[in-house]
Amino acid sequence: MIEANAVYVIVAREFKKFVREKSRLISTIARPLVWLFMVGGGMSRLVPAGGGVSYMQFIFPGILGMTILFSSIFSSISIIWDKEFGFMKEILVAPISRFSIVIGKAMSGMTISTIQALIILAFFPLLGLKIGMANFIGIILVSALLSFSLAAFGIVLASFYDSYESFSVIMNFIVMPMFFLSGAMYPVKLMPAILQVCAKINPLTYGVDALKNLIFPFEKGAMSPDFPLLFDVSIITISALIFVLIAGRAFERKG
Amino acid sequence: MPIISVENLVRKFGKITAVDGISFEVEENTIFGFLGPNGAGKTTTINILCTLLAPTSGSASLNGHDCYRESAEVRKAIGIVFQDSSLDKDLTARENLMFHAYLYNVGKFERRQRVEDALRFAGLEDRADDLIKKFSGGMKRRLEVARGLIHRPKVLFLDEPTLGLDPQSRAGLWEFITELPVKHQVTIFMTTHYMEEAEVCDSIAIIDRGKIIASGSPQQLKKTIGGDVIYLKTADNKKAVMELKRLFDGAVSEKDGEIFLSALRGEVCIPKIIRELGDSVLSVRMQRPTLNDVFLKLTGKEIRDESAAAGDDIKEAVRSYRRRHDRG
Ligand SMILES: Nc1ncnc2c1ncn2[C@@H]1O[C@H](COP(=O)(O)OP(=O)(O)OP(=O)(O)O)[C@@H](O)[C@H]1O
Ligand SMILES: [Mg+2]
Repeated sequence: MIEANAVYVIVAREFKKFVREKSRLISTIARPLVWLFMVGGGMSRLVPAGGGVSYMQFIFPGILGMTILFSSIFSSISIIWDKEFGFMKEILVAPISRFSIVIGKAMSGMTISTIQALIILAFFPLLGLKIGMANFIGIILVSALLSFSLAAFGIVLASFYDSYESFSVIMNFIVMPMFFLSGAMYPVKLMPAILQVCAKINPLTYGVDALKNLIFPFEKGAMSPDFPLLFDVSIITISALIFVLIAGRAFERKG
Repeated sequence: MPIISVENLVRKFGKITAVDGISFEVEENTIFGFLGPNGAGKTTTINILCTLLAPTSGSASLNGHDCYRESAEVRKAIGIVFQDSSLDKDLTARENLMFHAYLYNVGKFERRQRVEDALRFAGLEDRADDLIKKFSGGMKRRLEVARGLIHRPKVLFLDEPTLGLDPQSRAGLWEFITELPVKHQVTIFMTTHYMEEAEVCDSIAIIDRGKIIASGSPQQLKKTIGGDVIYLKTADNKKAVMELKRLFDGAVSEKDGEIFLSALRGEVCIPKIIRELGDSVLSVRMQRPTLNDVFLKLTGKEIRDESAAAGDDIKEAVRSYRRRHDRG
């Protein structure tokens, strides 16, 4: 059972705080741009274009994925802050189902991440790629779905940690490896076998791959997408459902 | 029918038994005080009553619903001011109240009105759009109480509502709290370890180490003390205790270098004591019974050491008595 009023107000609160906190907005937008133009720009000279796609173009889906990953996880990790500063109790004693809280938090992450992905998407024309309207809408939808899934994953993480010291643990040992093992920087098919296994259990891999499918759909060379689009979308959807269920259970448990 | 009833409630945390088989009832639209020293189990009991914690055994029900199995029903009926602030410091006062109103699904037309009323109630109309970060402790406390009432709960829990406030804000907040049962038809369940604050309660339960050691109205409890309490310091406490025990058969104890005994009419006993102990008396003071004395009598320790200031007049009287006595 999900209460719309609760989901709405949880998202509204997060959104209000996001808009107010300018520094967070700037840093989450600056990071991907630094990667795109410094890493992508530099590596483009080293890595030959695979087929019709330059390295800088190749990492653009990965950079979008990075933006979504960081802002979704960050949004959900704020649950740890809420616990630490007591606000979580205000939510927990309210007559709303634990699922509403999870859905509300996941949708907060989704809203904020999708907005940031849209801002990064505005740099798309600078890369010299062209896409149609349908694919553009597809990118937004995939971004929203991926944000929701990763935010739900973040809630699962947050339910296991109680203090904000754990924040750096999560960032260094979970978020960074997820990024590097997602096919964002190099195609999954070129990874060593063991890393391919890691990449295949990483939900971000399918998000980045779906974006590759939408951004350079006709690419056939080494830098082409690793899986079909429909497969990617199904995996993200299934992982989102699993994370929401686990997070709901984690919230349900009483001390 | 009582609005809250608790039966044989037990809650353990590993080896610690925070709540150890307590039972009590609270009548509707009254102020109930749950008193006890640090770590007695007050907050743990509140957490069980407000569905945040499962009991290890026993049962608690509120407004006719079991606090564990029917938590959804219980949550609709309660408002809470937690021991630690649960406001969002990055939102304004009005936004915090609005959040609450939405969370409790207060209707579209009442929402705005109730938020405005709550701001007025808390005396914060002119600070409504300031971030909570910029509020003082007292302002936050008042805002939290007002927030807890927005959805018209049947029971309002206040866990140490005056903790960390100056005496003036404390008095103000109490004035505000004591009006609630009549004004809002709400039952107040409060905890405190300021015993003097509990005088406003209709009924009280005193808890120590997880067990309820006394309950009743403040008047009933004070009656159990049996009159006034006399405190005295002497040059040789051991000897004095023995002599006093002979004089008043029993009820004499010593704590922190001070002897205390209860007497029905203290003002008559003091001259008697001084005649008996003579020059060895260093100081004497007397106190009308307070809830603190009830606690002291029941546990042999003070809930908080803050009773020193009272009884100064009596000390002065004794000093002048001694001066005269010494000369004569
Ligand atoms: N989550 C917990 N885990 C382990 N022990 C706990 C937990 N919560 C409370 N306790 C223990 O239970 C006992 C009672 O704690 P509680 O918070 O109920 O006391 P209290 O009466 O509210 O005290 P205070 O006046 O200091 O607020 C204490 O010994 C405390 O250490
Ligand atoms: Mg407490």
